[in-house]
Amino acid sequence: MKTIILRTASNYLLPVLLLFSIFILLRGHYLPGGGFVGGLIAAIAFVLHSFANGLKNTKSLLRFHPGFLMPAGLALSFFSGLSPIIFAGDPFMTGLWYHGHVPVLGSVGSALFFDMGVYLVVVGVTLTIIFTISEAP
Amino acid sequence: MMQQLIIYPLLFQLFLSIVLMFFWNKINAQKVISITGSIIAVLLSSYVFYYVWENGTQKVNAGSWDAPFGIVFVADTLAVTLVLLTALSGLAVSIFSAGSVIKDRLRFGYFPIFHFLLLGLTGAFLTGDLFNLYVWFEIIIISSFVLITIGGEKAQLEGAVKYFTLNILASTIFLTAIAVLYGLTGSLNMADLAGKVAAVENRGLVEVAAILFLIGFGTKASIFPLYFWLPASYHTPPAAVSAIFGGLLTKVGVYALIRVFTLIFVGDVFLGEILMVLAILTIFSGGVGALVQNNVRKVFSYLIICHIGYMIAGLGMFTEIAISGVIFYLIHDIMVKTNLFMVSGIIFKIKSSNSMRALGGFYANYPNLSLLIFIPLFSLVGIPPLSGFWPKISLIGEGFATENYWTVAAIVFASFITLVIIAKLWAEVFWKDAKEIPEKPKFEYFSDISKAKKTQFILPIVFLSLISLYIGFGAEHIQLLSSRIANELMNSEQYIDTVLNNS
Repeated sequence: MKTIILRTASNYLLPVLLLFSIFILLRGHYLPGGGFVGGLIAAIAFVLHSFANGLKNTKSLLRFHPGFLMPAGLALSFFSGLSPIIFAGDPFMTGLWYHGHVPVLGSVGSALFFDMGVYLVVVGVTLTIIFTISEAP
Repeated sequence: MMQQLIIYPLLFQLFLSIVLMFFWNKINAQKVISITGSIIAVLLSSYVFYYVWENGTQKVNAGSWDAPFGIVFVADTLAVTLVLLTALSGLAVSIFSAGSVIKDRLRFGYFPIFHFLLLGLTGAFLTGDLFNLYVWFEIIIISSFVLITIGGEKAQLEGAVKYFTLNILASTIFLTAIAVLYGLTGSLNMADLAGKVAAVENRGLVEVAAILFLIGFGTKASIFPLYFWLPASYHTPPAAVSAIFGGLLTKVGVYALIRVFTLIFVGDVFLGEILMVLAILTIFSGGVGALVQNNVRKVFSYLIICHIGYMIAGLGMFTEIAISGVIFYLIHDIMVKTNLFMVSGIIFKIKSSNSMRALGGFYANYPNLSLLIFIPLFSLVGIPPLSGFWPKISLIGEGFATENYWTVAAIVFASFITLVIIAKLWAEVFWKDAKEIPEKPKFEYFSDISKAKKTQFILPIVFLSLISLYIGFGAEHIQLLSSRIANELMNSEQYIDTVLNNS
């Protein structure tokens, strides 16, 4: 599938799709969206890039094995769940919110970090699965 | 921070698996982390057990959402006892895995998945919410599916397909039952359901939901006629995996049955009779199945089914003493079954065979080891004063008191047939003269491995045998514990009050 059109387009689509995935991630708190869908879109961005430029190029673009994102994302989610116990003495998973306006994001709370963890796990799992399958002879 | 004490064992297992995932390729580091972590988990669970024993039932509203609406974690004495037992078998199997599971399996994330399984078990015991219970069951199934297939041998995959198909079907039925119950009452909190189900006028539909729960949990607990997945799959994965499966996976089904039928569907005579009939059939089919098997691990698999029957029978009788017998048996069974599958692993390691006909001469070659293995084997039979004896007194006595003579007959039959099977196993594997088994060229025999690895094989068996001995000789303590649990289960008002009180 190494047509010049796809190859050229994928170079532009990769950052656009990644930005869109982050938009979906941030939109998720009150509207449809969130970490899971955002993660899938981000994974699609890399998959499309690997279709056009070959797996090797995508891997060198990523620099590290996508499997690493799984424990990293899990750890982020875990500590966002743990943060109310540590900082406020509230039960596990209680939402902690920063009461002030943050530009672009709106309001920031522990739920956002939980969703970011989900995002990373989804990207990690999807890319690991797809890379493993396409690597197989 | 102390108010959330009861969910720390759960969070700790999650933390452990995340840490282990960071060390994906470093197997030796994983071994160290897993064993150290399991020791900490035992200490933590013991402290939680002590805390709940002293201060009564505790609860945590996850996310600070109040009880009937949010998810609650409840630690009554039954839950913390099982959490402690999970941690104990987790520690034993973790050490055993470090010695026995080969590198090709460890490389694919054996230890992280193992701790995810323990996380699922701990969560299932602690949760006070039916849908959350379903989620923990899913975590258990998914991680057990990975554990059973890891390594990818042909026999393993065949067993795994049977295991997965029936278990996923059971989960679907369980989910349907939750849906029916939610449609009837609009609640998923178990304590809240207890009151609401009793007030539902459409008793027929409540009965349907109860039967759906029975089928869903019954498949997981491997009761008659839904047990076929168990003997088809438990002998295929490495012994360490079978050990944790045999010790805990069916027991979590029994736990769910106990919880649901003592809290939500209470005092249903029809259901009690069904449970009793199923128990008798489970005992017979498991016992007879074990009698004709030749593979040591298949024998143990059928014995799991046979002994699940005891617990279901006690639940069917539904008196305080019978329930205390069930709990005592549950405690004894988790320790012994975990131990026995590790024993089957060590037998395989020594002779590279699990066939009773081919094995022999263990007592002549390994007298000390044989005496060690004697403890779990004959604890299972329940020769007094070993641990299997005591709960049967409660069960048989209560069978006479409630005039369930068939159940008494089945229990006596099961004890007898277990004795026959274990005596046969002892005679074939340990006393019979050794036979020549052709040596496998690539197999690493027990006599070839290093001393450290030998310790990792023997130590967990010693550890669990000591606990079994304690259960037998310290039966008074365990009886005190199970009576208290039975009392709590039969008088569920305290549980309900603790959960629904949000002040």
